[in-house]
Amino acid sequence: MKKSIIVAAVAATGLTAGIANAQTLSQIQERGELNCGVSTGLAGFSAPDANGVWQGFDVDKCRAVAAAILDDPMAVNFVPTTGQTRFSALASGEVDMLARNTTWTFTRDIDLNLTFVGTNYYDGQGFMVPREIGVSSGMELDGATVCIQTGTTTELNLADFFRANGMSYEPVPIETNAEAQQQYLAGACDVYTTDVSGLAATRASFADPGEHVILPEVISKEPLGLVVRDGDKQWEGIVRWTLMALIAAEELGVTSANVAELAEGTDSPEINRLLGAEGDFGAMLGLDSEWAVRAIAAAGNYGEIFAANIGEQTPIGLARGLNAQWTQGGLMYAPPFR
Amino acid sequence: MSTSSDPRTKPAPPKRSFELSMLLYDQRYRSITIQVFFLFLLMLFAAWLVDNTVNNLRALGRDFSFAFLNAPAGYDISQRPIEYNSQMTHGRAALVGLLNTLILAVMACVLATVLGVIAGVLRLSNNWIVGRLMTVYVEVFRNIPTLLWILIFGAIMTEAMPAPSAFRGDTPAASMLFNDSIAITNRGVYVPSILFERDLGSFQLGPVAPSISWVLVILIVAASIWANKKIIDHATRVQNATGIRPKTWWKSILVLLGPLALYFIALGAHLEYPELRGFNFAGGTHLRNSLIAMWLGLGIYTGAFVAENVRSGILAISRGQTEAAFALGLQPGKTMRLVVLPQALRVIIPPLISQYLNITKNTSLGLAVGYMDLRSTLGGITINQTGRELEGMLLMMLIYLAISLIISGAMNVYNSRVTLKER
Amino acid sequence: MSNIESHTIAYVRGTMIPEQDPPITETGAIKWLRENLFSGWFNTLLTILSLLIIWWSVAAIGPWLWNMVWNAGSLRECREILAGAEGACFAVINDRWHQLLFGFYPPALYWRPVLALILLFVALAPVLFPDLPRKLLWFSAVYPFVAYHLLWGGSVWLPIVALLGFVAGYVAWRLIHRMSPLASVFAAVIVPVLWWVILAAPLNSFLYSGLPWGLDFVRSDRFGGFLISLVIGITGISISLPLGILLALGRQSDMVFVKSVCVVFIEFIRGVPLITLLFTASLLLNYFLPPGTSFDLILRVIIMVTLFAAAYMAEVIRGGLAALPRGQYEAADALGLDYWKAQRLIIMPQALKISIPGIVNTFIGLFKDTTLVVFIGLLDPIGLSNAIRASTDWQGVYWELFIFIGLLFFVFCFGISRYSMYLERRLKTDHK
Repeated sequence: MKKSIIVAAVAATGLTAGIANAQTLSQIQERGELNCGVSTGLAGFSAPDANGVWQGFDVDKCRAVAAAILDDPMAVNFVPTTGQTRFSALASGEVDMLARNTTWTFTRDIDLNLTFVGTNYYDGQGFMVPREIGVSSGMELDGATVCIQTGTTTELNLADFFRANGMSYEPVPIETNAEAQQQYLAGACDVYTTDVSGLAATRASFADPGEHVILPEVISKEPLGLVVRDGDKQWEGIVRWTLMALIAAEELGVTSANVAELAEGTDSPEINRLLGAEGDFGAMLGLDSEWAVRAIAAAGNYGEIFAANIGEQTPIGLARGLNAQWTQGGLMYAPPFR
Repeated sequence: MSTSSDPRTKPAPPKRSFELSMLLYDQRYRSITIQVFFLFLLMLFAAWLVDNTVNNLRALGRDFSFAFLNAPAGYDISQRPIEYNSQMTHGRAALVGLLNTLILAVMACVLATVLGVIAGVLRLSNNWIVGRLMTVYVEVFRNIPTLLWILIFGAIMTEAMPAPSAFRGDTPAASMLFNDSIAITNRGVYVPSILFERDLGSFQLGPVAPSISWVLVILIVAASIWANKKIIDHATRVQNATGIRPKTWWKSILVLLGPLALYFIALGAHLEYPELRGFNFAGGTHLRNSLIAMWLGLGIYTGAFVAENVRSGILAISRGQTEAAFALGLQPGKTMRLVVLPQALRVIIPPLISQYLNITKNTSLGLAVGYMDLRSTLGGITINQTGRELEGMLLMMLIYLAISLIISGAMNVYNSRVTLKER
Repeated sequence: MSNIESHTIAYVRGTMIPEQDPPITETGAIKWLRENLFSGWFNTLLTILSLLIIWWSVAAIGPWLWNMVWNAGSLRECREILAGAEGACFAVINDRWHQLLFGFYPPALYWRPVLALILLFVALAPVLFPDLPRKLLWFSAVYPFVAYHLLWGGSVWLPIVALLGFVAGYVAWRLIHRMSPLASVFAAVIVPVLWWVILAAPLNSFLYSGLPWGLDFVRSDRFGGFLISLVIGITGISISLPLGILLALGRQSDMVFVKSVCVVFIEFIRGVPLITLLFTASLLLNYFLPPGTSFDLILRVIIMVTLFAAAYMAEVIRGGLAALPRGQYEAADALGLDYWKAQRLIIMPQALKISIPGIVNTFIGLFKDTTLVVFIGLLDPIGLSNAIRASTDWQGVYWELFIFIGLLFFVFCFGISRYSMYLERRLKTDHK
C-alpha cells in the first residue's frame, strides 16, 4: 500500500527517478510488483476474467516470474499493450517484460535492441474461413478479402504469401483482435488471418465454432517469445531461466503437486540443482535458492500451464504439436541446469 | 511590474549613465530583459529535450535517420490511388497514405459544404417541420463525437449491408441497383467506372504517373469553363451596352459539354460495370467501406457545424437588405441567391475554411475503420515495422502542419481579398 | 336614430350582423398549416419530403425500439426472448452500464467519483452564479485537490502538501514584495516549484508514515468509461483557460520574441491532429524526458490535451481581445493602470465575456475529442464498447452501445451549449 502511494506521489508530481537499463530486479523488489506487458485480450493467452483477474498462458509466465522474485504470483501488474505500443512500452520502462504473442525476428532482436529470452510457444500464421464458402486450401484464396491485425508480422507474411503464389487479395487492416473478429463474423472479409493459436482462441469464442475452418497452410514461422530490454544481463537471466525452469520441470517430471516434496531432495542431481537442493543457482541470479520451486508452484510446469489454458481439454483445444518436449518429438528443449 | 514609475506617454527621462538595475526598472530595457530571460529559459528547455533525446537514442543504440523511407515496405494497401505494391518503399507507402488522406478530405469537404448550406438555409425557412428537422440534425450531429459517428457509419456498412455472396445464385437475397450497375455490399460500394478504348497511356511526374487521358479531361473541362465565362462576360457587356441580354444558354451548353463529349467519343469511352467474380465483385470502381464510413462520418458531422456557420452568416445580414430586395420586387428565392448569400459569404467563408481544416485533421481517425490514410501507413504500419517512432511521428506532424498551413494561407488570401470590398 | 335611417335608406342595414367565424382556411390549425407547411409548391414539396424522412426513420427504428429487452444475460438470450422479432437488446446496458460509466473503478468506491462530480457543481456554482456568497470561491480553489484525493485516493497528505506549495509561493511573494516587487514575482514562481520538486515527496511520505490517513488508492489503469472522459476533459479545460489567456496575451504582446514563440506554438498545435499529439504522449514522450522517466499515461494524456486546448483557447480569446474597442485599452491607460492591472480589471473581464460562446465550443470540442484516447489504449466509453463486444456474451452488439454512449455525450454537450446560450443572453442585457 505504502509503495503504491509513493508511486502515486511520483505520478502526481510528474517526477520519478529510476533507471530503465539496469537494476530491473532491485526496482521490482522495491516496487513489490512486476509490470508485465500482455496483449489486450486473447482468450487462453491473456484476458481478464469476469472479476478483472488476468488469466492465460502468457499470464502464467508473468506469474511464475513474479513468484520467483517476489514470492507472490499475484504481485503482477498487467499492462495491456497493442501491437503498436508494446515495444515502446518496454523500451520506456513502462513494463519490465513482455509476455504476449510477439514473434522473435532478426530486426526486433538486433535493430530494436530487444532481447528475446526464449521461445514460449512455437506458432505459425494460418487462415480461418467460414465453412460455407467451401475453401479447403490457402491456394484457393485468390481475390479474397482478408482481415488482418496491423502492427504485426502477420501483414508482412500475408503480402509475401500472396505475392509468392501470384494471387491477389484485398487487405482490411484492423487494430485489435476483437474488431477483426467482428468484421470477420459480419462477413466483411472472407478470411481472417493471424497465428494459428490465435485463430483457435478466436474460434473458440464464437457462438458456433463448428462453422469455421482453419486451413491447413501455415505460411510462416512464428516463434513467440518472452522479451526484455537489452542491457540488463541479470534480469534477462532471471526471465530466461524461469522459462527454462518451467520447461525443464516438465521434462524432469516436476509438477506443482510434487514440487514441494521434490524440493526436499531427490536422487536426481538435475532436479536437485533445479530446485535449489544442490548448488546455489538462485544466488547467481540474485535470488534465493527456492526461486524455481516458487516459479513452478505458481501455476505448474510448462505442460501444466499449457494444458490448463490452451490444451485440448480447454475450449481453445490446441494440440501440443511443435510445443511438445523434445523427448516427445517437439521443440521444447531447456538447456541443462549445470 | 506594478512599480512602473513612468507612464508611457511621458518623454524619456533625463539621460543617466547606464546602470545594471535599469535592466529591471527602466521600462525601455525591461521588456528586453524579460525577453532575454525568456529566451534563455526556452533555449535551456530545448537543449534539455534534445539532450535527453540524444541520450535516450544512444541508450537504445538507435540513430536518427530517415533511411527507413527507402527500405521496402513489405505490406499491402487496399486503396491505391497510385501504383503500389508491397515491394515498394516505405516512402511510397507514405505517399499513398497522403493521397488517400487528401482524397478523403476533399470528398468530406464537398459533402459537408453541400449539406451545411442546405441545412443552414432550410433551418431558417418558414416551413415549421423542415426547420425543426434541420435543428434536430444539427444538434444531434454536433453534440456527439466524430469518432462515434465514424464507427456508427462503419457499423451500418458492415452489419446492415448484404455480403457479396448474397448476390449469388438464381434467387439472390440482394440485388444490384440501377439496372445492375451499382452494388452495395458490406465490403463497400461498387460503381461503374469509365474506361477508354484508346487510352493515351500515362506519363511520369515525379513519384506519380498520371493517366494522360484523364489529365486531358481535366484540361478540357477547365478550358470549357473558361470559355463559358467569356461568353457570359460578353453577354453582360452586351446587356450593359444595349439593355438586352442575348440568349446564351445554348452556347453555354455547347461549350461546356460539346468538347468533352467529342473527346469521350474519340477515345471510345465506355462504362465498366461491376460483376460478381470469385469472392468479390470485380470491375468498376470499388469505394471501400472504410472510405464510405469516413466520408459520411466526417461529412455529415462537419455539415452540422457548417450549417450553423451558414445560418449565423445569413442572420448577420441586416433585415433591411432583405426588405430592400423585397421592395425591388425580388422573390424570396432570388433575394436569398442574389442579395443575402453573396454578402453572407464574407461571414461564412472564414469559419468554413477552419471547418475544412478540422476535416483534414480528423481524417487521421481513419484507423478506426481501417482507412489507410497517412496516419495508418506512415504513422501506423511503417512505424511499427521499422520501430522508427520518432522520425515517423515527426515527419507525419510536419506533413499535417504543411497541409494546415497551406489551407490557412489560402484563407488569409481570401480574407484579405474580401475585406477590401468592405465599405 | 337608427330607426329613422332604416326607414329612409333601404339599402342600409339597420342592425349589425352577428360576428362570424373567420374562414376556415384562415384560422387555427389549418391557417397554421397553410402558412407554415404548404405556403407554396416548394414548401409543400419540402414538407412532404420531411414527412417521408420522419416516417421512414420511425418505421425503421420504431419497432426495434418498441421491442426492447432490458433483462438478459447475453445477446443469445435476448434473441430467444425476442423470438425472431426485431428488437433492441438494451440488456447489454443493464449488464455493463457501470463499466461504461466508471471503467474498472472498484464498484465499492463508486461513491467517490460521484461525490467528486457533485462537488464539482458546488465548486462551479460561485463561478457561474455571481449572486452566491463570494466565500464559496475558496472551496472552488481547493476543489481540484479534493477531487484528486477523491478520485485517486492514497495519502491524504499528498494533495495537502501540493496545496501548501501555492501557499509557500504566496508567502514568499508577500515577504519579498516589500523589498523588490520584481523579485517577488520570481520568488512566487520558483519557491513553489522548489517545494514540489524537493520537499513535497519526502514530506508526504514522512507525514503518511506518521499519520496514515487517506482513502484507498485507486490505480490510474482502473479509470475508464465516461469517468476518464470527464477527468481528462474537465482537467484539460480548466488548466487550458489560464494557459490560453497567457498565450493570447503573448501573441498580442509588443515583445517580438515572446510573440513569435506564442505564434509558433499556437500554429503548430492547431496545425496537427490531436491524435498525433496523443501518440507523442504515449510513444515519444519517453524520448524527450530523462532516461528511465515514465509517468502515468493519464497524466501524460491530460498534459497533451491541455496544451492542445490551450492553443485553441488562445485563438478564441484573441478573437475576444480583438473585438474589444480600442477605447477600452486607452481608457485603462488613461486611468494610469499598469499592464497587468489593466488586463485584470478592464480588458479580460470584457474579452472573456465576448469569448464565452467560443470558450464553451472549445470545451465541448475537447470533451468530444477525449474519445480519441481509445487509440492509445485507454478505455474510454468507445474503448469499453469494443471490450464489451469482445466478450462471448455480447459479440455483435453495436447499436445499443452506440446509442447509450451517444446519448451520454449528447446530454452533456447539449446541456452545456444551452447553458452557454443562457449565460450569453444574461450577460448581454447588462452589457448594453
